[in-house]
Amino acid sequence: MVLSRRIILTGPGIAWIILLLVIPCLLILGNSFFERGVYGGVDYVFTFENYSRAVDPLYASVFWNSARVALITTLLSLALGYPAAYCIAMAPKRRQMALLILVMLPLWSNYLIRTYAWMLMLNNEGLINRVLMGAGVIEAPLPLLYNDFAIIIGLTYGYMPFMILALFSSISKLGPELREASTDLGASAFTTFRRVTLPLTLPGIAAGSVFVFVLSVGNFVTPDLLGGGKRTMLGNLIYDQFLTARDWPFGSAIAAIVIFIMMALLTGQAILINRRAKEDEGVEAA
Amino acid sequence: MIQKMLGTATCALLVSLAGAASAEGKIVISNWDGYMPAELLENFTKATGIEAEMTVHATNEEIMGKVVASGGKGYDVLFVSGQFGEALHKLGLAAELDHGNIPNLANLYPEAMQLSHDVGLKYSVPYAWGTTGLCYRSDLVKAEPTSWNDLLKPSDDLKGKTTMLATDRWLMMPALLSLGYSLNTVDEGEIAKAKDLLIETKKTLLAYDDTTFYTKLVSGEASLVEAWDGWCNYGIAENAEIKYVIPSEGSDMWVDTMVVTSASENKAAAEAFINYILQPDVHRWVAENILYKVPNKAAMDSLDPALVTQFPNLGTTPADLLKYEQLRDLGDGQKLWSKTVTEITTAN
Repeated sequence: MVLSRRIILTGPGIAWIILLLVIPCLLILGNSFFERGVYGGVDYVFTFENYSRAVDPLYASVFWNSARVALITTLLSLALGYPAAYCIAMAPKRRQMALLILVMLPLWSNYLIRTYAWMLMLNNEGLINRVLMGAGVIEAPLPLLYNDFAIIIGLTYGYMPFMILALFSSISKLGPELREASTDLGASAFTTFRRVTLPLTLPGIAAGSVFVFVLSVGNFVTPDLLGGGKRTMLGNLIYDQFLTARDWPFGSAIAAIVIFIMMALLTGQAILINRRAKEDEGVEAA
Repeated sequence: MIQKMLGTATCALLVSLAGAASAEGKIVISNWDGYMPAELLENFTKATGIEAEMTVHATNEEIMGKVVASGGKGYDVLFVSGQFGEALHKLGLAAELDHGNIPNLANLYPEAMQLSHDVGLKYSVPYAWGTTGLCYRSDLVKAEPTSWNDLLKPSDDLKGKTTMLATDRWLMMPALLSLGYSLNTVDEGEIAKAKDLLIETKKTLLAYDDTTFYTKLVSGEASLVEAWDGWCNYGIAENAEIKYVIPSEGSDMWVDTMVVTSASENKAAAEAFINYILQPDVHRWVAENILYKVPNKAAMDSLDPALVTQFPNLGTTPADLLKYEQLRDLGDGQKLWSKTVTEITTAN
């Protein structure tokens, strides 16, 4: 009875994940061991060549560049998102919903259109440069667009809502009692934040950071448009292999390596968090 | 990352599931968005009684991906560039055409039957053709550009004011022409020299741009861009100071073609569609609408001369076009090309 109900309730979700996540990933993994056909497509001849091509330092540098851009984006989102999430969590309950809707509002319009809007703002003839030049602050336009700066701005803007939502759900669970206790025991506001609030919202920080990092590292629209195509990120590299070069096996090999690295990182993170949780339990038990 | 990969794999999966979409008697056409007058299909159905449905693709590569994944099922006519038509043919995905069903082929320029990717038009029919050159704001450049080197090694006033096309074949092309190499070279030494030149050029570029380069000219963000002639015309339509020139080292001759899929269950109807496009009045209307040259002599001869005055590159003759090399599928050489382009786009 219980078992059949469990199957009925989880079945659709599991079927969905198997059909649209597990099978495609296995297809990718499978493709990565075959040869590219001379005119594109896949020749079903087993080979390790795709992996030996992928260990080229060129692709390692693409990986590090992407990781660097994604990491800066994540830290920036955290620095800007944490205070925002904190304020929303501290706001009266009746206003929270309105504030959260404001955070999510940009997600209701197309990502591409919002990216083009940034191009209009940042370009040499764009809003920011015109205002600054009109006000006499600068004489020549600042190079705001078609560089890493623009990519990071665009990614931070695009993925900030995910960071804020993850942080909000973590901060809002924190009742005022612990902070009051900390203040009663003589801690300053900063110490309370550092020793109480921050450690207790670490899961939210971790979840939001993973969201932003993973989404950023795979994005290929923003580097193309805001980066002016002058910076190849992992998303562009794989996109180009699948579409421009029509080299699905090589694209699959790079994708498989990236999935493997991501899974290793996430597993590592989960193990660390688990160990910490166990230590905490140990402390409480003692 | 994961999101991207899943996207691609899921696409392949869904495309193969969606195979049997083509209904009896109705043909499905895939073209670039905006590359054909909006009312064309409606008129075609009125004229022939054949139902037709339009789908769009953003790039050659996108439609190639879909067709290779599904074997072409669900599509009857594909609009692709010549070298992609060639690849479809080599993959067995393009049907041999029955010229008896396409009598309007007689309207084409004789030169249009001699395309190097498909001499005699056995499996593809040219729809539009043209060149790739320099598109510039004559009021913003100090001297009129004449050479690819004006783009590759720009004068100081143009630094940060130029763009190049982002797709591999056209990203490499200016350097290959400047160095006097074939546009289809797969020689490692030649590719390496072109790469070195392009890495130097990258430092002077505003951006690599395939889609908004003419709007950058219109806004004044850029002064000189590498452009397809028809897209430059879109800029000229908005600002008469914009001009187009084929540099002294030459250009490629690109051809966009119509290909019938070998999986088509309505091959005769698909050929009737191609025949309809080749009618002089229809093909002329296409040229006036999209501002690209069409390889149809009867259509071009009746083109409004005022249009050629406003957009001079519409007047490039077939004999001039045929002087330029056509892009061909690179086969295994594609691996070298895509690695080289990655090296250029990751260089600092």
